[in-house]
Amino acid sequence: MDTAKLEFFRGTLDVLILKALVWGPLHGYAITSLIRRQSDDALLLEEGTLYPALWRLENKGWLDAEWGLSENNRKAKFYKLTTEGRRQLRHEVKTWEAYATAVAKVLAATQPPLPEEVA
Amino acid sequence: MWRRYSRLFGADPAADVKDELRFHLQAKIDDLVAQGWAPDVARKEAERQFGDLRAVQKIGVRMGEKMERRKRLKDYWNDSLQDVRYTFRTLGRDPGFAAVSILILALAIGANIAVFSVVNTMLLRPLPFPDSRQLVWIAPPPNACGLSCATYSADAYEEFRDQSRAYQDVTGYMAFGTPDNLRLTGRGEPEPATGIDVIGNFFQVLGVQPAMGRLFTSEESHGGPHPVALLANAYWRRQFNGDPAIVGKAVELNGTPITVVGVLPDSFDFGAVFSPGAKVDVFTPLDLNLERNWGNIVTLIGRLKPGVTVAQALDDANRVAPNIYFNTKYPDTLGRYKGDLIPVPLKDYITGKLRRSLIALWCAVGVILLIAGVNLSNLLLSRAVARAKEFAVRGALGASRGRIVRQLLMESLVLSGAGAAVGLGLAVMIIAWLAHQGAVALPLLSSLRIDGQALGWTVLVAGFTATSFGLLPGLRIASGNLQEMLKDTGPGAGLGRKHERVRAALVIFEVALACVLLVSAGLLLRSFVKVLDVDLGFQPERAASIKVEYDDTAPTNEASQTKRGEIFQQIIARVSALPGVEAAGISDYLPLGPNREWDQPVPKGKIFDPGELPDPLVYVITPGFIRAMGTRMHGRDFTWADGPHSERVVLINASAARVYWPGEDAVGKILMRGTEEDRVVGVVDDIHEETVEGGTGSQIYYPAMQQVPSDAQLVVRTSLPPATLASSVLRALRELNPNQPAAEFRPVQTIVDRAVSPRRFFMLLVAAFAGLGLLLAALGIYGVISYSVTRQAQAIGIRMALGASVWRVQSQVLAGTMRLACAGMVLGTLLALVVARLISSLLFGTSSWDLPTYFGMALALLMVAAISGYIPARRASGVNPMEVLRSN
Repeated sequence: MDTAKLEFFRGTLDVLILKALVWGPLHGYAITSLIRRQSDDALLLEEGTLYPALWRLENKGWLDAEWGLSENNRKAKFYKLTTEGRRQLRHEVKTWEAYATAVAKVLAATQPPLPEEVA
Repeated sequence: MWRRYSRLFGADPAADVKDELRFHLQAKIDDLVAQGWAPDVARKEAERQFGDLRAVQKIGVRMGEKMERRKRLKDYWNDSLQDVRYTFRTLGRDPGFAAVSILILALAIGANIAVFSVVNTMLLRPLPFPDSRQLVWIAPPPNACGLSCATYSADAYEEFRDQSRAYQDVTGYMAFGTPDNLRLTGRGEPEPATGIDVIGNFFQVLGVQPAMGRLFTSEESHGGPHPVALLANAYWRRQFNGDPAIVGKAVELNGTPITVVGVLPDSFDFGAVFSPGAKVDVFTPLDLNLERNWGNIVTLIGRLKPGVTVAQALDDANRVAPNIYFNTKYPDTLGRYKGDLIPVPLKDYITGKLRRSLIALWCAVGVILLIAGVNLSNLLLSRAVARAKEFAVRGALGASRGRIVRQLLMESLVLSGAGAAVGLGLAVMIIAWLAHQGAVALPLLSSLRIDGQALGWTVLVAGFTATSFGLLPGLRIASGNLQEMLKDTGPGAGLGRKHERVRAALVIFEVALACVLLVSAGLLLRSFVKVLDVDLGFQPERAASIKVEYDDTAPTNEASQTKRGEIFQQIIARVSALPGVEAAGISDYLPLGPNREWDQPVPKGKIFDPGELPDPLVYVITPGFIRAMGTRMHGRDFTWADGPHSERVVLINASAARVYWPGEDAVGKILMRGTEEDRVVGVVDDIHEETVEGGTGSQIYYPAMQQVPSDAQLVVRTSLPPATLASSVLRALRELNPNQPAAEFRPVQTIVDRAVSPRRFFMLLVAAFAGLGLLLAALGIYGVISYSVTRQAQAIGIRMALGASVWRVQSQVLAGTMRLACAGMVLGTLLALVVARLISSLLFGTSSWDLPTYFGMALALLMVAAISGYIPARRASGVNPMEVLRSN
């Protein structure tokens, strides 16, 4: 499978960002590398798209941003989850799992569905 | 690092985005270099992996700005909420101040809303008819002889209607109805009702739809098969308990069964529009054929065709006028109305006369608002001075000046908001009361209400008051020096004194405005007194009138005249015999009401140019009427001997005598009406026929035994209060005629009162406003003097310790008060002179330089100023020197 072409489904990026911040505040670059490493280099996002997503989440109040110093002493903007962001993550994970299960079920089917009974 | 601090001086979203993205690229490059890439290649690779840097940056800046705006708005809202909470806390701590300011504002704003509603109803809002701008009143120029000439004959109406091209339709009503001219019978005791004849298409032209049933048909307006009537909504509800099945039923009016064909809507109030102060219960179709020989009796009201202007209608009327006959039977009456048919918008006719009064009233409440606002400003200022330290501390702790001004504005907003709320309640009460003043002859009064526009006006007024008068103290405080304020604790410190000067200026201004109101009210009051002093030509005191029913039907005209004479003679003899009755007489019309004219009598043997002879106002009376009215005369009164077979006799008034026989005694002379000769047997003083303030025209009196009266109003002059005689007079009338309805025994004074009621109304309102203005000005003076006494308590204490007497201290404080009052008065008098000129058209018999008014104003003002200065003066002299000196 061509990893670079693995497209992001709508809304997937949001939940990945939220998940990435579960372990603590990160700046944007760290978020990209975290997602890349955690997916064993399977998910390579175009880095530019990350930032509008981050700002959108910040706007919605799911993330808080603060300027701080990076590991090599550069000024960087750190994002962290708000309480509401945490709640949103739980909700989206659930939705995602339900979605994935449903898709998996359909894809795993070996025979056509039984005809629906008409009452 | 630097950006962290730079944010303190305001956010910069664009720079933030740039920084963030630059960091990302730098980190990426670092990683790539660590992996062994050459630095310049690494940079390219990093940019490639990032994607469209510029686009992302643009998105970032836009989103950042949006967030920033939202944040600012949120901050502002939070600050405002904080201000409101803080305002309530501080006002709660000083409930006296809050109560006084809210009360002042409530009075001023309430008065403003009420007057706005009146002005809106009478001047601004269109008449309550569909497309009311198309409606015009057609009459001679208003200055000729008032409403009494504003009528036309039946023939003239028809010719005008048929020849004019400007109108969709023309209608009118019988102008000469009198109150209680109908008798509702067949339902227990006969009850009086007021009816009016309208031309059949009256309601169609006005655009009034019946609430129930239908309007008149064209057949019914030419004496249809059976008599029909429409009921006014209020009458239907009152007299018939809102009977839902009334349509089609017959009611007995004046002994004739009349079928009710419909009930008019509640929104239509004939009296409110056409005859202020009167109510009309029943409408019947006017049969023009029956009225053809009655002379000028109908008014003309037209509905213009769409798009036709009043000016075009006037051209049209000028074209038509020469072709109109007064009476088609008499060719020489052609063109008698030349130039007398002038259409004016109906609304101008109805409320045009009030325009100036209403505008004056509006200005008066505006001044009240100004005074109240200045007062509020003053109160806020004195509070602000007392709180200077608080503001200084807040300023030192980082509150911006804007924030402090906002805080003060918020306080005045809260105050004026509360004032407006209370004022609105006040206005609702005033309006409800006014709407029920049926006796005040002002049009559309009954349709007064607080509507959306009035609410809008309230918000506007409250907002204006809050900002304009709250801003001044705010700016004064904000412009002060914090350091100085913090230090400013001692007496006589610079800032306090500066504030005092501002406050003194405000008070002077306030006093000046009160002066203007006082002078205006004084002039109007003087005018009103002058109006009451007018010699009406009759004496309304201790005279009362009642409508009398009689039945003079007889086979011939002469027999009818004889019968009528006998009935009247009996009535008058019977009533005159009642104890307390000095004189009694009957007339078919009473003064100061609608009236009519018949013809142009010509003095025998004299030749006048056409247009030189007046159309005298006609009264048909019995012997005794002149005396019962208390009118002076010379010659002789009619006697019962002036019957159908004796010589025709008339009385004329002094004005008519002057026209007919200038410089001669008219008694004994002959007046010709066509071929008929009438001998003038007496000359009567002029009676004000229509208005108290207007002049009088020619009047002619015929004996009821020789001419046909349209009605009978018994006038009784009593030595006792009229009310005590009411029942005995009615009993006497009932004994003679069991059908006599229980009509009201109305003191003639009420007729006069009604005629002067609009003037009284405006005068009372302006006087009330002047009183309010004076009170507010007094409050202002008191506030300033009281404050300065408090501020100078120490100095006063020292002076008293050094031997100044109580009297000396008091007179010094009083002198300060008088200085303020006099400065205000000088300014006010100058303003008042200008204003008095502006309202001179509202005055009657009073010059706008009327000295007594100005003196009265000065006296009232000085007295009030003295009182409001005396209270603090007493407090000053009560200062205990030891205590004051110790306290600092």
